[in-house]
Amino acid sequence: MKSFQPTLFFVSSWLALLLLGNGTTPHAGAATSTEIQKSINAINATGLEGKGNTQAGPAWKTLSKADTSAISPILQAMNGASPMARNWFRSALEVIVSQEIKSGKPLPINIIGDFLLNTNNSPQGRRLAYDLIALSDPDTAAKLIPGMLNDPSPQLRRDAVQGLIKEATDLQSAKKDAAASLLYRQALNSARDTDQIKKIAGQLKQLGNEVDLPRHFGFFTHWKVIAPFDNTNREGFDAVFAPEKEINLQAKYPSKEGKEIGWQDLALSDEYGMLDLNQPFGPLKEVTGYAYTEMEFDTARPAELRIGCKNAWKIWFNGQLIFARDEYHRGMKIDQYSLPIQLKKGKNSLLIKLCQNEQTQSWTVEWQAQIRICDASGTAILAKDRQPTPKAKKATRRKLKK
Amino acid sequence: MKTLFALSSLLTILLTSSPSAQADWLQFRGPNGNGYIDGANPPTALSQDSIAWSAELPGRGLASPIIVGDNVIVTCASGPEQRQLHIYSFDQKTGVLRWHRQFWATGRTMTQSKTCVAAPSPASDGKHVYALFSSNDLYCFSLDGDLLWMRSLTLDYPNASNSLGLASSPIVAGERLIVQIENDSDSFAAGLNLESGVNEWKIARPKAANWTSPVALKAGNQVIVALQSSKGVLGVLPATGSEIWNFTKGAATIPSGAAAGDQLYIPSNGLTAIQTSKLTGEDPKKLWNEGQQRPGTASPLIVGDKIFVINGAGVLTCANRNSGERLWRLRLKGPFSGSPVSSGNNLFIFNEQGLGQCVEIGASEGKVISEIDLKETVLGTAALSGQAIYVRSDGHLWKLANP
Repeated sequence: MKSFQPTLFFVSSWLALLLLGNGTTPHAGAATSTEIQKSINAINATGLEGKGNTQAGPAWKTLSKADTSAISPILQAMNGASPMARNWFRSALEVIVSQEIKSGKPLPINIIGDFLLNTNNSPQGRRLAYDLIALSDPDTAAKLIPGMLNDPSPQLRRDAVQGLIKEATDLQSAKKDAAASLLYRQALNSARDTDQIKKIAGQLKQLGNEVDLPRHFGFFTHWKVIAPFDNTNREGFDAVFAPEKEINLQAKYPSKEGKEIGWQDLALSDEYGMLDLNQPFGPLKEVTGYAYTEMEFDTARPAELRIGCKNAWKIWFNGQLIFARDEYHRGMKIDQYSLPIQLKKGKNSLLIKLCQNEQTQSWTVEWQAQIRICDASGTAILAKDRQPTPKAKKATRRKLKK
Repeated sequence: MKTLFALSSLLTILLTSSPSAQADWLQFRGPNGNGYIDGANPPTALSQDSIAWSAELPGRGLASPIIVGDNVIVTCASGPEQRQLHIYSFDQKTGVLRWHRQFWATGRTMTQSKTCVAAPSPASDGKHVYALFSSNDLYCFSLDGDLLWMRSLTLDYPNASNSLGLASSPIVAGERLIVQIENDSDSFAAGLNLESGVNEWKIARPKAANWTSPVALKAGNQVIVALQSSKGVLGVLPATGSEIWNFTKGAATIPSGAAAGDQLYIPSNGLTAIQTSKLTGEDPKKLWNEGQQRPGTASPLIVGDKIFVINGAGVLTCANRNSGERLWRLRLKGPFSGSPVSSGNNLFIFNEQGLGQCVEIGASEGKVISEIDLKETVLGTAALSGQAIYVRSDGHLWKLANP
């Protein structure tokens, strides 16, 4: 092996970026504030299908060649920017900062810190601001993290939760179970990422604590369900069955087989909110089912409707079709899809259509979804009329028929 | 004046000649999209001494590295749910980082656990770098790392995703960047403007999961892009997306076809060779079909008048490209997710455990002549350029060269 190994320098991508250059060299004369604002405007004018790309490229170049005076306006530009525009800004900012550090100049930590500490600012932008501070002053940055346990930025909150998990794990290892439980419970209160929640919940249960995960996530647990309608040849996805025309929970309709079917109650005790239509209807194939629920909120507000599903599905919120997707059995996870919605004050309604296809492999049995409403950070928005989470039924031993 | 002219000429030569005097590897499976590059001289006596340099990467990737001049470009994804997307350029001689750009994914990052968000290989036209991710985020850079444009194909087309992950690698054909985004819900192929990223054309594609990559064929002076799917292969003009021909006998959705001029070798009912030279709208002519030569995950490799296929059991078959007749077989140490590549009389393939194998293919029987164990998972395809092999593992980019 030859002697040179960049691996040694590659402590982190950021560090490498700084130590080994960023591919650009600054202009002799940095951009003026007018040029910076003009460039920000050009990037903010980008849109779908490549709109504004031709202007955004030169604008990025102008920003990336700017000095530290551009840091604050670029960070501010993150607020209200589109996801793509935020990426344009992030990339330009990282080049500016790496140039500054490369040339030995100190970063304007106060300016970046002002942006970080204002929780009204863009969550992604604030995470970027934190990373920039950590780059310049890692000790100070590390001290900021514990205070971000309930930060609106899930990216910042995650690190704080991780710190608490570590402390709880240490206590658990030292056989201080009561103290560990307390810290795990505090971590769970703040955790929004599924991997962290699963880890914490597992430890809490191991330590003898009860955990109400459906409530933590905000999964809907009480449904009215109706099935089976037809989905032969996958045509049920586009077909409009009665529940899409009216919600009448007392009505009866003809099923796929011509039998009379009506809405029935389904209460979910699954800790991850699995709305499993195989439970009430059996493992059917080439069928369509619906689930309906209502909820009441104190105030109108924007929210996210989050779904995990491996069947074809359509979802309506307050009677409006929000999204439709006809992919079957390619995998599911919590929060697989995030859809913006507007909650009304008072009663709101949710209808989901779940189509099961013709596949017969063992991994195509599932006919299910996980559905919740939360804010942008992933914090559950619980209905004021939310019912207690149903208790899981104890498994009963079935008698074999002789 | 003469001196000035001479200096000017020298400067022109210096500026216009390739600094590394090596052929570039601009896309998945090389300059011809068939795994072969002419004129490279990679090391054949592979050993730990062959490691010229390695560079640590912060996340996984299946994407092949590409070589553009002195740049080795590679992508990866890191962080919770692989939402941090990275594009790196390393100096091919030294492994020193030239530039690094990172972005937040704007599309879905869910994938099956074996694959990952950095599955599609980047592509280049020699002047730009195009990097696509399974999240449907697509970026264009200058060779110096200037961000020139970006697309979020999931924001553009919200149902164009596959919950198992996408993996089709874009290619540059003519004046277009060809992307093939195929899945169960909203499938399309598009020809994007190289300079601006806007759609020059977009066509609907079969609604079915598909991980194959477009392949460019040359019929006379005309370039035709072959778009493979479970339905078969559609030949379109890169400039307009207009259909030229359609092969409707079905094809695989993981291994891609391999082109040699106007002939295409398709993983279809085993392996099927077609002739596509006519631009008159006639469907391609089938040259031969061999049901026993069934590519596994690896795509076929073409070397001169031979074609190489690795099946799901890791058996390498060498066949006559003109007739399909099997010439020899050799069991390799698999399993393989990446595809074989070649220059001269040597074939290179890395298995999933990171074992690189050099196979001598010029004789009447194939023979593994050297191996190198990178001791890290390799799921991608290597790149060949100049005197070197470039391959990426789960955590590193490696350059292998003669000590």
